[in-house]
Amino acid sequence: MSTTEAVVQTHLDEHGDHGHEQSFLRKYIFSTDHKTIAKQFLFMSLFFLLVGGILATMMRWQLGFPSQPMPGAGGFPDTMAPGGIILPEFYNSLVTMHGTIMIFFAIMPLLVGLFGNLLIPLQIGAPDMAFPRLNMASFWLAVPAGLLMLASFFVEGGAAGAGWTSYAPLSASGEWTGVYLGQQLWLLSLTILGFSSLAGAVNYITTVISLRAPGMTWFRLPLTTWALFITAILVLLAIPILTGALIMLLFDQTIGTGFFRPEVGGEPILWQHLFWFFGHPEVYILILPAMGITSDVLANRARKPIFGYHAMVLAIISIGFLGWIVWGHHMFQSGMNPLLGTSFMISTMAIAVPSAIKTFNWLGTLHRGDIHFDTPMLHALAFVSMFIIGGLSGIFMANTPVDIYIHDTYFIVAHIHYVLFGGSLFAIFAGITFWFPKMFGRMMHEGVGKVHFFLTFILYNLVFFPMHNLGLEGMMRRIYDPNEYEYLQPLQPLNTFISVAVFCLITVQVLFAGNFIWSIFRGRKAGSNPWKSNTLEWSVPSPPPHGNFDGMPTVYRGPYEYSHPDAADDHWPQHLPPPRGGASEPHPAPAPSLAPEGVAP
Amino acid sequence: MSIASATERLPMPGMKVYNLKLGMWVFLLSEIMFFTGLIGSYIILRFAHPEHFAEPGVVLNVPLTAFNTFVLICSSVTMVKAFAAVEQGDQKGLRRWLLATIVLGTFFVGVQAVEYSVLWSEGFVPIAEQYHAVGRGAAHAGEAATAAVLGGPLYGATFYAMTGFHGAHVSIGVLCLIFVYLRARKGAYSAGSVGGVEIMGLYWHFVDLVWIILFTIVYLI
Repeated sequence: MSTTEAVVQTHLDEHGDHGHEQSFLRKYIFSTDHKTIAKQFLFMSLFFLLVGGILATMMRWQLGFPSQPMPGAGGFPDTMAPGGIILPEFYNSLVTMHGTIMIFFAIMPLLVGLFGNLLIPLQIGAPDMAFPRLNMASFWLAVPAGLLMLASFFVEGGAAGAGWTSYAPLSASGEWTGVYLGQQLWLLSLTILGFSSLAGAVNYITTVISLRAPGMTWFRLPLTTWALFITAILVLLAIPILTGALIMLLFDQTIGTGFFRPEVGGEPILWQHLFWFFGHPEVYILILPAMGITSDVLANRARKPIFGYHAMVLAIISIGFLGWIVWGHHMFQSGMNPLLGTSFMISTMAIAVPSAIKTFNWLGTLHRGDIHFDTPMLHALAFVSMFIIGGLSGIFMANTPVDIYIHDTYFIVAHIHYVLFGGSLFAIFAGITFWFPKMFGRMMHEGVGKVHFFLTFILYNLVFFPMHNLGLEGMMRRIYDPNEYEYLQPLQPLNTFISVAVFCLITVQVLFAGNFIWSIFRGRKAGSNPWKSNTLEWSVPSPPPHGNFDGMPTVYRGPYEYSHPDAADDHWPQHLPPPRGGASEPHPAPAPSLAPEGVAP
Repeated sequence: MSIASATERLPMPGMKVYNLKLGMWVFLLSEIMFFTGLIGSYIILRFAHPEHFAEPGVVLNVPLTAFNTFVLICSSVTMVKAFAAVEQGDQKGLRRWLLATIVLGTFFVGVQAVEYSVLWSEGFVPIAEQYHAVGRGAAHAGEAATAAVLGGPLYGATFYAMTGFHGAHVSIGVLCLIFVYLRARKGAYSAGSVGGVEIMGLYWHFVDLVWIILFTIVYLI
């Protein structure tokens, strides 16, 4: 026993080792500190968010002002935009890369890479991730993946042009798209990114299971951590399916195998099944952390306990489970057996139940709350309202007969942007503005933040709401020039309107970028707990030191004890011991013994 | 760095399984999904195009691979022996059994490489347009069987993809085993510190198990 005690003592000593100086390279570049890795993911993904936005702007130029020279595009090579006029092949690349970059290199690393890394150890009371070096590897695999993706624009034939879904046989051979190397780089890049995500997922799951502080029971976890935990499980199980499919497609492209090539007996629909078996859990990878962030921000800014905590957790779990049995709803028009389509339709509609539970619980949280309308709250409220619109159109499309009509139209484009921009991105803005003081020790500017929010919210709706109408009028997604069809020509004014709104929307993001950079250096200093929050990350200095906690924190209650009658303040942090003689919660969960049990490596 | 080593090596309160072992189990879950994707694709392609797949033993050398399967199963036994040795503090036994596992694993990959080169020379290739399998030994005997019996392009593609990914896993496993062996020679493991050997064993048994499934569906059915 004495040796184990000695080991535990060393363990604690090492934790107390806060002032330890690290070299520049170790501290900022090849850091194993989860907070630094989180910031690395933040900067990388914001860069890709910008790239994705610029690609969208170029697409919208073509749709708003078809085949007119794009301002500032004079320097583009003739293979992309001769004389500034975007070529159809280049337009295909724009569509593909906008989707790919936004999903895999902006939203996913922001939600999972940034918030997963930043919040999981801090919210559960851990000094770092379970495998810090694996965590570092996760980021440094994402970087080359991103560079390969960007590099594909500059190779012969241009970047991948088969859509972000890369349906075979279009993607299986360069004959159809004219893109050879670009498509292969696309496949390779996503394969590498898959390893990055996998390393992250293994880390998150292990960390949440085994590194929780004493007293941090499963049902005392903040909902952000719950959501990130379930998300990590989805990443863990969905990504390998994509990786396998990507490699098979890469073999089709390079070696000449015939998995997805019908001319030699392959099955293109197999690609769709594999892709969407990954792709639908991926949809929930992109929304569950956003739901968690929203729950934390709403409860905090309404100064009320989250309504129905257990129901929220169970809803996250059931969405995570149902996400596995609905992938066929992306494929109603693929020639799949209609009876199978019906079963996918029913399972899809079942997801409305946990989603509605979450939505009503958010409303229940707000009901008669002491609502503080600051920037994170505004973004979180935008998430809830936009998610309702996106969610409702989702139920709409899940009906096979309706989907026959709107499949592959701008209605789908509107829907995905309502859940991914209106949902995920607003929650990301909420999360960044909410946890910015914890990351950088300073507050973001509130006034600029509000102006940015209102302009973004209005312009966003001006861009994406009319797309429902475009879709219902029959305008198909990914189309280069709708004017080639006579029945789509009357839609040109609406398309031009949307394009102008997009240009304004992108321009307005300068406010966010400026506020972000300015606040890092000049923002008002934030204390350790500017939002008067209960969760553990706010019990440590901003930014937290290497190793996070001074000793091991003990958790006495759930994360949402706002305005509790027994508490002295309107918030009751999780780590504060109950007052002496206080009757409300005298028994924290028994702190498990520190002594290692069983084998130790 | 101190934080890193502390969190990696110590079990945290309330956990009966140490982090490395839990992490390996979690990683293996994703490996299961990876092979599920491959095997699922194989099953779908085979049901959709039975004419692409030959009868067992016509193209593939089943006796050779059966022997190779036996070798891989033996390597799992030696791996267990290595783990048992370190648990009892038997350093010499640990090194010996690890070495035996490395030799058997390398042998497995070697046999697979020979099998590949023979199959390739018989026209059993993954390249769809060049698939012209002539059947076992026929290249040497100069006979040609009917195309219907000898499968089609999907046979070659799925065979090399599935056995190739498995072979890559065995090869990576052998490299990791060599790493564990070198550490064992420096005395990194003891009865109270078996983590590296145990998670190596978990991975190795998983790879072995996958092979038994692959051997059954690719060679025997």
